[in-house]
Amino acid sequence: MIHSLFMINSSGDVFLEKHWKSVVSRSVCDYYLEAQRTNPNDIPPVIATSHHYLLSIRRGGVHFVAVCMEEVPPLFVIEFLHRIVDTFQDYFSDCTESIIKENYVVIYELLDEMLDNGYPLATESNILKELIKPPNILRTIANTVTGKSNVSGTLPTGQLSNIPWRRTGVKYTNNEAYFDVVEEVEAIIDKTGSTVFAEIQGYIDCCIKLSGMPDLTLSFMNPRLFDDVSFHPCVRYKRWESEKILSFIPPDGNFRLISYHINTQSVVAIPIYVRHSLSIKSGEQGRLEVTVGPKQTLGRTIEGVKLEIHMPKSILNCNLTSNQGKYNFDPVAKILHWDVGRIDVAKLPNIRGSVAIASGANTTEINPSINVHFTINQLAVSGLKVYRLDMYGEKYKPFKGVKYITKAGRFQIRM
Amino acid sequence: MLHSISGTMTHHAYGKTNFEREKASGAGSLDQDYSVGIDPASGVFFNSDYRRHEDLKEMLDSNKDNLKLEAMKRIIGMIAKGRDASSLFPAVVKNVVSKNIELKKLVYSYLERYAEEKEDLALLSISTFQRALKEPNQLIRAGALRVLSGIRVSMIAPIVMIAIRDAAADMSPYVRKTAAHAIPKLYSLDNDTKPELIVIIEKLLADRTVLVIGSAVMAFTKVCPERVDLIHKVYLKLCALLGDVDEWGQVIIVNMLTRYARTQFTDPCKNDKDNGDRAFYDSESEASDKENTPTLDPDHRLLLRSARPLLQSRNAAVVMAVAQMYHHIGPKSETIAAVKALVRLLRSNPEVQELVLKTILTMTVTRKGAFDVYLKSFFVRTSDSTRIKLLKLNILTNIANESNISIILRELETYISSYDDDFVAATIQAIGRCACFITAVTDTCLSGLVTLLSNKNEVVVAESVVVIKRLLQTQAANPKEIIQQMIRLLDSIDVAQARASIIWLLGEHCRDIPTASNVLKRAAKSFSNEEDIVKLQVLNLAVKLYISDKEQYDLLCQYIFNLSKYDQNYDIRDRARLLRNFIDNPSNKLAASAAKIFLSCKPAPTYRTSEESDLYQLGSLSHSINSKANGYEPLPPWPEVAPPNVREVEPAQVVSTQSEAKLEKIFHSWETESSSELSEEAEGSGESDESSESDNKSSSSDEHTSSSSDSSSGDEDDEDEEEEEEEEDSSLETEEGDNVILTEPEAEKLFDNVPQKKTEKSNLDLLLDLEMNDQNFGGGPILTPSLGGFLSPVTSVTNNVQAIQVVPSVDIPIKTSEVLNRINGKGLSISYRFTRNPHLFSPSMVNLNLVFTNSTSEEISDIRVGEKTLSPGMSVHEFACITSLNPNSSLPGTLGIDFNDSLHPANLQIISSLGSSNICLKPDVGELLRPVTMSEEYFLKEQIKLKGMNEHVGIVSCKETNLKQKIYQAANLGLCPSHDNDLRFAGQTLTSSSLVLVSATRKDVEVTITVNCEKLVLGSMLLNTLKSVLQ
Repeated sequence: MIHSLFMINSSGDVFLEKHWKSVVSRSVCDYYLEAQRTNPNDIPPVIATSHHYLLSIRRGGVHFVAVCMEEVPPLFVIEFLHRIVDTFQDYFSDCTESIIKENYVVIYELLDEMLDNGYPLATESNILKELIKPPNILRTIANTVTGKSNVSGTLPTGQLSNIPWRRTGVKYTNNEAYFDVVEEVEAIIDKTGSTVFAEIQGYIDCCIKLSGMPDLTLSFMNPRLFDDVSFHPCVRYKRWESEKILSFIPPDGNFRLISYHINTQSVVAIPIYVRHSLSIKSGEQGRLEVTVGPKQTLGRTIEGVKLEIHMPKSILNCNLTSNQGKYNFDPVAKILHWDVGRIDVAKLPNIRGSVAIASGANTTEINPSINVHFTINQLAVSGLKVYRLDMYGEKYKPFKGVKYITKAGRFQIRM
Repeated sequence: MLHSISGTMTHHAYGKTNFEREKASGAGSLDQDYSVGIDPASGVFFNSDYRRHEDLKEMLDSNKDNLKLEAMKRIIGMIAKGRDASSLFPAVVKNVVSKNIELKKLVYSYLERYAEEKEDLALLSISTFQRALKEPNQLIRAGALRVLSGIRVSMIAPIVMIAIRDAAADMSPYVRKTAAHAIPKLYSLDNDTKPELIVIIEKLLADRTVLVIGSAVMAFTKVCPERVDLIHKVYLKLCALLGDVDEWGQVIIVNMLTRYARTQFTDPCKNDKDNGDRAFYDSESEASDKENTPTLDPDHRLLLRSARPLLQSRNAAVVMAVAQMYHHIGPKSETIAAVKALVRLLRSNPEVQELVLKTILTMTVTRKGAFDVYLKSFFVRTSDSTRIKLLKLNILTNIANESNISIILRELETYISSYDDDFVAATIQAIGRCACFITAVTDTCLSGLVTLLSNKNEVVVAESVVVIKRLLQTQAANPKEIIQQMIRLLDSIDVAQARASIIWLLGEHCRDIPTASNVLKRAAKSFSNEEDIVKLQVLNLAVKLYISDKEQYDLLCQYIFNLSKYDQNYDIRDRARLLRNFIDNPSNKLAASAAKIFLSCKPAPTYRTSEESDLYQLGSLSHSINSKANGYEPLPPWPEVAPPNVREVEPAQVVSTQSEAKLEKIFHSWETESSSELSEEAEGSGESDESSESDNKSSSSDEHTSSSSDSSSGDEDDEDEEEEEEEEDSSLETEEGDNVILTEPEAEKLFDNVPQKKTEKSNLDLLLDLEMNDQNFGGGPILTPSLGGFLSPVTSVTNNVQAIQVVPSVDIPIKTSEVLNRINGKGLSISYRFTRNPHLFSPSMVNLNLVFTNSTSEEISDIRVGEKTLSPGMSVHEFACITSLNPNSSLPGTLGIDFNDSLHPANLQIISSLGSSNICLKPDVGELLRPVTMSEEYFLKEQIKLKGMNEHVGIVSCKETNLKQKIYQAANLGLCPSHDNDLRFAGQTLTSSSLVLVSATRKDVEVTITVNCEKLVLGSMLLNTLKSVLQ
């Protein structure tokens, strides 16, 4: 399986290495660095060298390169690397080079627990957190005074049970269960404003702080909307198949319960429209005008609107005025960012002005594109509704909350 | 250098002046260390490094845990940065005994990293691990096993073997899981352990806890994937438990079962292969139509059904594993479920996306229709990376058919205006491919491509030309106008590939194009500035035009050929030389058929992409890099006829929830637990014991005769949970504790010969010991105290007796040596030789034949043994007293000496009428043995047991042909079944009867001698003796 792991920063320095079998020289990373140099934004996930196979992911500006020596399902390694990073994020709330360097001892201890001989051992965050307590200032001070350590001496009970994702003996004074139903609209809109492709991708993130061993069931008003679902291991698949309800003993803390996809047959409501015009004549100044407006929002306001306009390469600079929000143009990446904010229906946000074009470039055929971001609170665009949440197995009455949010996923407009 | 806040803080916390200077040199965080590390140029670097190590040593030697911990943390920091910390090994290894769990873990981590380099020192820590393997805390047991097996020193392989064997029978599933992980480690350390490991793997595969199974299957695939027979027994259980195993185990199991299914079942698609895609559509539209679905083996069906829920996993690797399983072993009509899940993965991270797209691409070749519905999911976004874009393009063209082509073409059209040139070029090629495959749109595509010729982007134009060229070749339509349009482009296009294509096209159709001559003229003019590939096409064009009209083009051709004659590129010179033959001498035979050669109809190129190959198993590393990866085994082909069903029909029971387990628990007493445990053991070893087993059960507890072996699964899970519950939940403890207390006196009675450490043990620990004990007895029906010593590993002494047979020594002339010469003996001389026959008095004695010779002129009387000076443990059986020895005559005497398997000499005083004289009898190591023989299998098995420190290997160059004779001369050994160049001998030491195995392998003149013996000294001495004899 995984022979060694190297962590590389964006400037190409190996700043941490860990080996599970015989030591592999870090010079093996040269193959990776070469790929990084030739195209820093597009490094192949699998690189075959003469003796090693490098499987890598990139997250938070850190490149995680796993070295394998023999045949292994590549997704296994990639997925596992992502799980490692997820765990780091869970522990340190972020996973950047400086955080890893600051916490290298915990990182090392974590990696030792997560892998044995390069094969996954304990990956559930509930178990890991019992084995190695996440560092915080209070505990660090307490440990220096009492001489205790963050490392537990006994095996977490969850590891042996049938529900390894939940630790036992959980106690809260306020028992709460929150569910965020988040839906993302993924779309490609063409030049004329008609929808080429649109789908809704949703997930339910939970924050569960319940004492003891609660057994929850979550049911929906309209479960027929679901087309395709993937579950956290805690969800009982059989009950879903027969009754379309989610029955589960939840992990303690934050986790993603379910990801779903809404039936493509139903027409997706596109909540936003962008009117744009870009006229470029070579040798002259071009003109750009973009207006954003709401569409099919069911009465909610659209917030957090951001536009990312990928301009043609020939554009040198932009000189624009907007009636709302700020804009800036990155002349290297040729991306115009416009942070619009909330859309006021009375006065639609608008940006207009001139763009400078490099002389002699032929640009007429190149079409720019716009990536749009937005959020709409209190709305699940598919119309999905949670019916009720029941709890069994415990006596107390928990506080329950559901929140709906609609966001833009990969929402792209071709200009 | 900056100091991090954390660094100074910890420094204040310690307040030790000793370390202040050191701290100031900056060690606190990784960042600082790094800045030292990358500045080797500064002179202080080595200095400070050295000093720091001194300080670290000091800290490690101190008796304060927090100082040690701090030191270890910094050492781990050094390792993390890839700096050498091996010089600290002696200081670190001492701390392996520490009670502080964090310190211990860091030391373990250090050991795993450096043990390989520091073999000798690492061996010092072994005994600590062996002790830790017996700890009541399962985390420590598991940790010790992990490190012990992680120390890659081949010498300790036998120790690891024992540790794994014990851990595989541990009561904690966590430890058993670790044992499964340790198996591949040991296997990679020492391949010879395979047979023994397979036995353990078999046992672990039979385990019923989901925690263990995934790892057991992993060990199976790493060590013995060819042993399909091991899976028969557990197949049904694996299918049943698949959903409960952890995600990573699921991937391994599904991959393994895919292979298994390929060997055990028949191809479900065999019947509908001919109608291919069509059959798929049918079954999709009429899902209710049962007749269309092929009949599957029920077990085959079970596998597919139990894997199906995993498609809903959040883990991409699991989904991929199941999808490839459906692709490789499922009937075609059922792939649709897998397809949906694969498409879902496309919304994941870019790395996952790319790997999934590669898989989909391969699937689209054979299962086009399945992806039709998801067409729009493969539409390209500007945010995708180039490689993802290209993969999506290939998929789009693969799934194109008459009904969706218009959507695809419209989509492709928008891609042409992208600013990613590679992508644009690929798009145009994709259009070409669509045009090629779907005849209905060929004309549309062609005209579209022609309009692209007037595009301003050169890449677009060039690529279009190339694609049009290919298209025209496949088309019968009159390309005259298109070619004329392209000729006009020759002035503006600079891309060589495009220019070459135009010129080639023109050459092919030169008879219809009147402007061809002008083109050639212009090409001749710019010839020297053209790219090589264009020059070659110009040469081609020249010849083709020459053939069609000799007079008109003669001069022009000569000119071009002269230019190319002096070209820098040898390919062009070469080509010119070849083609010149057609022009220079028209009488040439070749020239006569020139028209046939150059103007014939050329076959159109076929389209195929390299990534479409179905060579490798989907989702494998080999598939993603499109070449065979190390250790890749291709999927076995389907058997024509399915092998007989040997899978067990016993249903596997799983405990679904804890509460259920608890209920069951209450109704079971300790006795039933142990008996069910035993019955499970018996299942592992074979079904034959079943009947006797149940007899025992009924005798031991009458009220539970009904508890059949099914309940064992429940029970076992139960115990594990019981243990953990006791650690955590106090309310439960009392309930379970009662159970244990009941049995406590009984336990004492049973095991009173075992030293009890009861005072410091809780009830739980007692329970633990009892369980461990009963597992160590293996299949033993009743716990008897006679077997005792339950903490020691099971040894198979009793088995040895039958397998090893003592054989008579080989008859060989044995040299006689003088032990007392006649001058020292005042006329009496004594010589001796080893007879190699067992001594009558005791089999552990060496039989010596003494010869007394009287060289005086008088009779010597009363020769006997006087004082004996012997090392402890040795004994001598004296020869019978010789009453008289005549002058010039000799008499024999037989002496037996038990050397106690050592080489200490026996000093004897010989008293006679001449006075007393001392003799010293020194044994040869080869004489301390008794020859035995055994089967080859047993020999190898024993040899594997005696690896590591017990093995001595030497190589000698030896021209001697009769190795056997030489070895017999040197040592009293028996021959075992062996081959010509691979001789095997065996013996037993006389006193302790420990095995001595010698094997001599000849390779040309070199002979490798391997001596395996429990007694290290004896082994190495024997090797030296053998070596000296053979040289």
